Amino acid sequence: MSIIALDGVVALLGRFPALAGVDLDVGAGEIVLLQGPNGAGKSTLLRVCAGLQRIESGRALVLEHDVVSDRAAVRRSVGLLGHDTALYDDLSVEENLRFWARASRVDVDAVDGALDRLGVADRLRDVPVRHLSAGQRRRTALAAVVVRRPRLWLLDEPHAGLDQQGRDLIDGLVRQAATAGATVLLASHELDRTMGLASRHVTVAGGTITEDRTI
Amino acid sequence: MWRDVVLVAGKDLRIEWRSRVTFSQVVPFAGLVLVLFGFALDANRPVLERATSGLFWITIMFVTTLAVQRSTSIETTDGARRALLLAGVEPVAVFAGKAAAVAVQLLAVELVLVGGIVVLYGAEIDSFLLVVATCLVATVGIAAAGTLLGALVAGVRARETVLPILLLPVLAPVLIGATRAFDDALGSVAVDGWAWIGMLAGFGLINLVLGALSYGVLLEET
Repeated sequence: MSIIALDGVVALLGRFPALAGVDLDVGAGEIVLLQGPNGAGKSTLLRVCAGLQRIESGRALVLEHDVVSDRAAVRRSVGLLGHDTALYDDLSVEENLRFWARASRVDVDAVDGALDRLGVADRLRDVPVRHLSAGQRRRTALAAVVVRRPRLWLLDEPHAGLDQQGRDLIDGLVRQAATAGATVLLASHELDRTMGLASRHVTVAGGTITEDRTI
Repeated sequence: MWRDVVLVAGKDLRIEWRSRVTFSQVVPFAGLVLVLFGFALDANRPVLERATSGLFWITIMFVTTLAVQRSTSIETTDGARRALLLAGVEPVAVFAGKAAAVAVQLLAVELVLVGGIVVLYGAEIDSFLLVVATCLVATVGIAAAGTLLGALVAGVRARETVLPILLLPVLAPVLIGATRAFDDALGSVAVDGWAWIGMLAGFGLINLVLGALSYGVLLEET
């Protein structure tokens, strides 16, 4: 079963074609690295897979749901870590995660476990997010993804702003998720680190896939 | 749906409680506007007394732009709007929850300002019931229209200036209706305040329906 099945997907950002006819098929348990220069269309591709980007033509199925006609089901099934962290500055780390767990209708008790897995120290859990460092913020945002237990992880520059320990932790999480049967699509410029993590390398340039290599 | 309305409203009010923006900035601003109106018109006391209702509601209009700006920026600053879509929260619940939170804040400011017009302008309240009814009904419409327009301008770069330009004309019927109803409640002009409450209720209903129908589109597109 294909987790992601894109067929001739065209997506615009304003009038600019961010994706110009993308075909991609990704199976369960794969870790796919999207690489390419800035503006290549990697983030747009992730948003299409999350059901957050309108497509002009082509067809996109995610977990067998059409991203146009059944986007609510797509959105419920994916976890997206984008450039933004989607955290409320004036709420504490724990309050943020509890809010997103309730909003996503997942078990609120999973919050503690997710924070433990992301190495967010106990002393930080009652701290308002505005006082966190960029790396701590990133870890908290990823914990919000972990709480959702998505079948498809969409990670946009997941290592950005993290220290070595945080980067290792994310790599471990990605491997665990894939071992458990989830699929991971990650966009990154940190090729040295992510090359060893991914089972497949997809190069995006000018809104199209120019290379697709399974390791 | 109601569970999500409470969740979103509770979150916004908790953020407000933590940041204290309403109490430390909006209430003093509203009080200051009331005092300045007083300075401007105090030399002509009868005019001030007759204008009290209008000045009260003009101040609330200014406060509304601040409250709506704040409510909108909570979701736009770090991409939370997109996360709400991903979480699967019904857009109508987001709209109702955010409007409810704005309404609670406005009612708190109105409570303080009613005290302000009594103390500063010497207003005498003939009908407390009509004052309460006007505040409640007008605030529903104001919060609904504000939340809707806040979402409309969320993606606009200069939304801080665009919002008042769009919102204040839309709120003109509330300004007229609530002022007339307050005139009756304060006994300053002989009008039927309850008839104006009916108009305010209609305005509120229209904006609630508009918001419920269109907020999803705005959430997706902005």
